[in-house]
Amino acid sequence: MAEEPVVSLQNVSFGYDRTRLVLSDISLVVPRGKLVALMGGSGCGKTTILRLLGGVMRPTSGSARVFGCDMTTIRVAELYGLRRRMGMLFQFGALFTDLSVFDNVAFPMRERTDLPESIIRDLVLMKLHAVGLRGAHGLMPHQLSGGMARRVALARGIALDPQLMMYDEPFTGLDPISLAIIGQLIRRLNDALGASSIIVTHDVEESLRIVDYVYFVAEGRIIAEGTPDAVRKSAAPFVRQFVHGEADGSLPFHYPAPPYREQLMGR
Amino acid sequence: MQFILALFGALGARVNGAITRLGFASRFILAVLRLSGPSFVRFTLTIREIYFAGVMSLVIISVSGLFVGMVLGLQGYDILVRYASADAVGSMVALSLLRELGPVVAALLFASRAGSAITAEIGLMKTTEQLAAMEMMAVDPIARVVAPRFWGGVISMPILAAIFSIVGIFGGYLIAVILIGVDEGAFWSQMQAAVDLGSDVGNGFIKSFVFGIAVTWIAVFEGYDAPPTAEGVSGATTRTVVWSALAILGLDFILTALMFRGA
Ligand SMILES: Nc1ncnc2c1ncn2[C@@H]1O[C@H](COP(=O)(O)OP(=O)(O)O)[C@@H](O)[C@H]1O
Ligand SMILES: [Mg+2]
Repeated sequence: MAEEPVVSLQNVSFGYDRTRLVLSDISLVVPRGKLVALMGGSGCGKTTILRLLGGVMRPTSGSARVFGCDMTTIRVAELYGLRRRMGMLFQFGALFTDLSVFDNVAFPMRERTDLPESIIRDLVLMKLHAVGLRGAHGLMPHQLSGGMARRVALARGIALDPQLMMYDEPFTGLDPISLAIIGQLIRRLNDALGASSIIVTHDVEESLRIVDYVYFVAEGRIIAEGTPDAVRKSAAPFVRQFVHGEADGSLPFHYPAPPYREQLMGR
Repeated sequence: MQFILALFGALGARVNGAITRLGFASRFILAVLRLSGPSFVRFTLTIREIYFAGVMSLVIISVSGLFVGMVLGLQGYDILVRYASADAVGSMVALSLLRELGPVVAALLFASRAGSAITAEIGLMKTTEQLAAMEMMAVDPIARVVAPRFWGGVISMPILAAIFSIVGIFGGYLIAVILIGVDEGAFWSQMQAAVDLGSDVGNGFIKSFVFGIAVTWIAVFEGYDAPPTAEGVSGATTRTVVWSALAILGLDFILTALMFRGA
């Protein structure tokens, strides 16, 4: 029998309110040790999927399992235990603005473990070294560039050696060099930690370079999936549009509107 | 007719909204109290917030206290001298400050200096997903962020009110004794005779304690409840100051009526 995947969603639907489903019938798996990308336009529900996996929200229907726990029925105490095994990188890093770089990375260790301060010090410096920022441990978050802040957040995310890392748009707003650095770090840390990772992104180039498998999300549904090679060669209209960055394709460029001519003529 | 119905409809919706929010705020403060353990077990968390809320307000509280005391000295002398009892100016300054102005003005200043800062800080932490990040690290933001700020404010407020009154009394002394020339011995001895430890100092302390709870409660709730946008946080900051001022003055009336029923 195959090993149970770290994350498995089966036919999951979810709505923030009863009127509108944000996710419908999502099925996806993240096998152990793999780096999986969720791609799709803004507002299609990618962050919502991560929230379901973190137990911030619960599926309206379907089954969601993380580390074998059923996320629809999990109790809060268990959930906190589960979260110790997860790390999440938020879109803009979400560093604690009132703590130094060192204290940010030390935060999960101080809050969630009983390690003595001397060991925490060594661990923090090791984590910072892994992202190349050991020298920046004394700085405050507002003194960091966007790319550096993202790397510190990454060091904080891996502070407790999570078995599942989730990255919410880690590439947004970065210059090409920082972007490539973060991409390589995500891949390297995944393999070094023996962890599994989900990366939410709309940066096609960088993510196809580093991931093992891709899911395309549009309007709350998974509309295509495959390995990076298969995706690059895919003839499916949406995938072509997304991978090659064409403005108009199966997803229209225009928000629904009355006919242009009629509206301009004032009718 | 239509208009009147619409008016009642809008009024009802507002009242309804206000009551719902009050309900949320009550549940929120219960959660804060329930999760207050770490604020005392790891008291450094709270000390840090006492520093930010209390020590940062110290300058504005002291300066305002001095001016208010000096004004009381001037006005008090001007009124009392008509009744040939200028010696009583010391007790008038002290009673006004200890019973009313110390707690009330210090709380108003505290709301605009520290309360608004607490709201803005928590609101920004929410907007920038710092609270969500904390939750994903299995750390409860109410226990780690909100409760220490709440207790920091509650502990600071009576101390600030006391400092306000002490500095104010000194201001009154400067004006009445040093500047105008009221007899120094009479100034202090009249004050000592008039001020009662329980009904004046004690009641003033209770007032400042109650105001501290109200202001900090409003501040942490508005911050935590703020819509996670720039406008959301700035609106919440304004609401903290406005609601705090109303709460302080309203509670002051109620407390005064309960404490000093012409006894
Ligand atoms: N807290 C929320 N309450 C209600 N609706 C939300 C909330 N968060 C997101 N949404 C809605 O859910 C949809 C998907 O959002 P999200 O998952 O953030 O998209 P993405 O991360 O792919 O850009 C959007 O239409 C958004 O408006
Ligand atoms: Mg998103």
